[in-house]
Amino acid sequence: MNGSPRRRSPSSDLRASASELDNAQRGQRGARRGRRERTVVPDVEFTSYYGRPVVKSAPWASAIPGYLFLGGLAAGSSLLAAGADLTGRDSLRRSARVTASAAIVASFAALLHDLGRPARFINMLRVAKPTSPMSVGVWLLTGYGPLVGVAAASELPRVGPAWADRLVRRAARPAGLAAAVMAPAVASYTAVLLSDTATPTWHEGYRQLPFVFVGSAAASSGGAGLICAHRADAGPARRMAVGGAIVDVVTLYAMEQSLGLAAEPLRTGAAGAWLRAGKILTGVGGVGAAVSRRSRALSIASGAALLGGSICTRFGIFHAGKQSADDPKYTVAPQRDRLREGRGVSPH
Amino acid sequence: MSTTTTSPPAVKTVEPRKGFFTDTSVCIGCKACEVACKEWNAIPEDGLNLLGTSYDNTGALGASTWRHVAFIEQKRPTFLGLPSARPSSDGADRAEGSEFRWLMSSDVCKHCTHAACLDVCPTGALFRTEFGTVVVQDDVCNGCGYCVAACPFGVIERRTGDPDTPNVGLAQKCTLCYDRLGAGMTPACAQACPTESIQFGDLDELRERATARLAAMQANGDTDARLYGHDPEDGIGGAGAMFLLLDEPEVYGLPPDPVATTRDLPAMWRRAGLAAATLVAGAVASFLGGRG
Repeated sequence: MNGSPRRRSPSSDLRASASELDNAQRGQRGARRGRRERTVVPDVEFTSYYGRPVVKSAPWASAIPGYLFLGGLAAGSSLLAAGADLTGRDSLRRSARVTASAAIVASFAALLHDLGRPARFINMLRVAKPTSPMSVGVWLLTGYGPLVGVAAASELPRVGPAWADRLVRRAARPAGLAAAVMAPAVASYTAVLLSDTATPTWHEGYRQLPFVFVGSAAASSGGAGLICAHRADAGPARRMAVGGAIVDVVTLYAMEQSLGLAAEPLRTGAAGAWLRAGKILTGVGGVGAAVSRRSRALSIASGAALLGGSICTRFGIFHAGKQSADDPKYTVAPQRDRLREGRGVSPH
Repeated sequence: MSTTTTSPPAVKTVEPRKGFFTDTSVCIGCKACEVACKEWNAIPEDGLNLLGTSYDNTGALGASTWRHVAFIEQKRPTFLGLPSARPSSDGADRAEGSEFRWLMSSDVCKHCTHAACLDVCPTGALFRTEFGTVVVQDDVCNGCGYCVAACPFGVIERRTGDPDTPNVGLAQKCTLCYDRLGAGMTPACAQACPTESIQFGDLDELRERATARLAAMQANGDTDARLYGHDPEDGIGGAGAMFLLLDEPEVYGLPPDPVATTRDLPAMWRRAGLAAATLVAGAVASFLGGRG
């Protein structure tokens, strides 16, 4: 030690000074080493300010994962309803239209609930900004919601006066088809909504997350179709459920494998528990849906498992993001690594 | 580097772009900036706590803390950053000097060139002023909270509190004293700073000043000094509030390589489009399987 304040290598010196501090004045400075819990990614070196988060997590409560689930359920159901309408599967069409409208009303309520000023929701409609996935989503839902509503209204025994009834019945198919055209965007935009943030796990997962979400949407809507539609009409719902479950589980696995440190929150804490439950329910539900062609009871149980699995997956992804924002490790370490490896954006 | 960020490549303003240069090497940790900011902007109290983190009992920037002075205690031979210490001519003397240094830094909203909060705001409540700063319009914001998660620095936050708290439920952050700027005045924090650690002015001039200050410090032998947020080529297109730091940014709670999340937004939409197409294909295939 020559007593010079200069540092030959910023990173190695940082580590040295951090451990020195740990010994000399524990807890005095937030130079924290990422070893406090046993994890799959070993030995992350990083420095922080008293362990405080660098970024802030979204101030959203559990209404938002509910919103993600319900939006997906509605979108998948709209696709099923349109297909059933065109192929003459009446019971599937009816149940899917009702499911879609109920889900979209509930998802809208969830969205309002999480605003700091719900009465000002209308301010969302004063601009349309492609740089804001939330703005895009609100406009999507503003178009999609009424279409779903009209399609569902036609399934009621009678809608208001005779002229209104005639109008709704005539508009039902075009409205349902238009809703189906918008549905894939409704199911996938929520992934961009989460990824377009500084929340490490959500942002780093932007390649896989849309596939997880459309898979989850297909699985849940297929599950709802299995529960509600007659057996003779349920074939497409069954295939949708199985395909969705496969996409959901496989892309979630791909996400866990390819995100590096940012994948850690997917396996730990509350998020890890939600996602494990989601994978089990989706897996079991998917297999059940595939083999339950002859059993009404097993079909219903599989459908319920898929709906539950989709809820768990949405909550898991939601909490994984929160966990990644609340620990500075996930913000600092990857940024420090890319600077060290010359992949950084900032000059250094 | 080539960014594909959705913000304009440079901020075009009517007035010269205004900003801060915070020279942390002369910060004495008096917190006059925090107090002046609270007073001028009528920000509600947000906790009277002893945090056990050196002299920092504020914690972090947030909805009701628009200036935050960080205090970092380091066991390290040093002569800079501790106002009373004097540099000496040779290393032997240095070793006998203080084994302790105390870093202080007044943090603030960076007023990014590529501002993620502004990009993701779905109401247009966040806007770019004629001074090139980023400000929330309190009467437009509906508290969706998207900006909170988008900011790479964790600056903006939704205000919580009793229903009668001013602007409760709305996103709040530094306005660079938009009202004072309009009247040709200096922002409250810079006005109150007794050591000119917080310097306010035209961004171009501040950048020159920061570069000159860094050169002077390096000439004095302090190779730890570095600028933060001064480079228009960084991930946020350069900050409107830059800093001279004496250690790595993360030591002060700043991200070492911040990037506006919206830089990747086109790629995100492409992936979502691909996923949407997959869903359509899946739905069509589900109906092609025949009856049953």
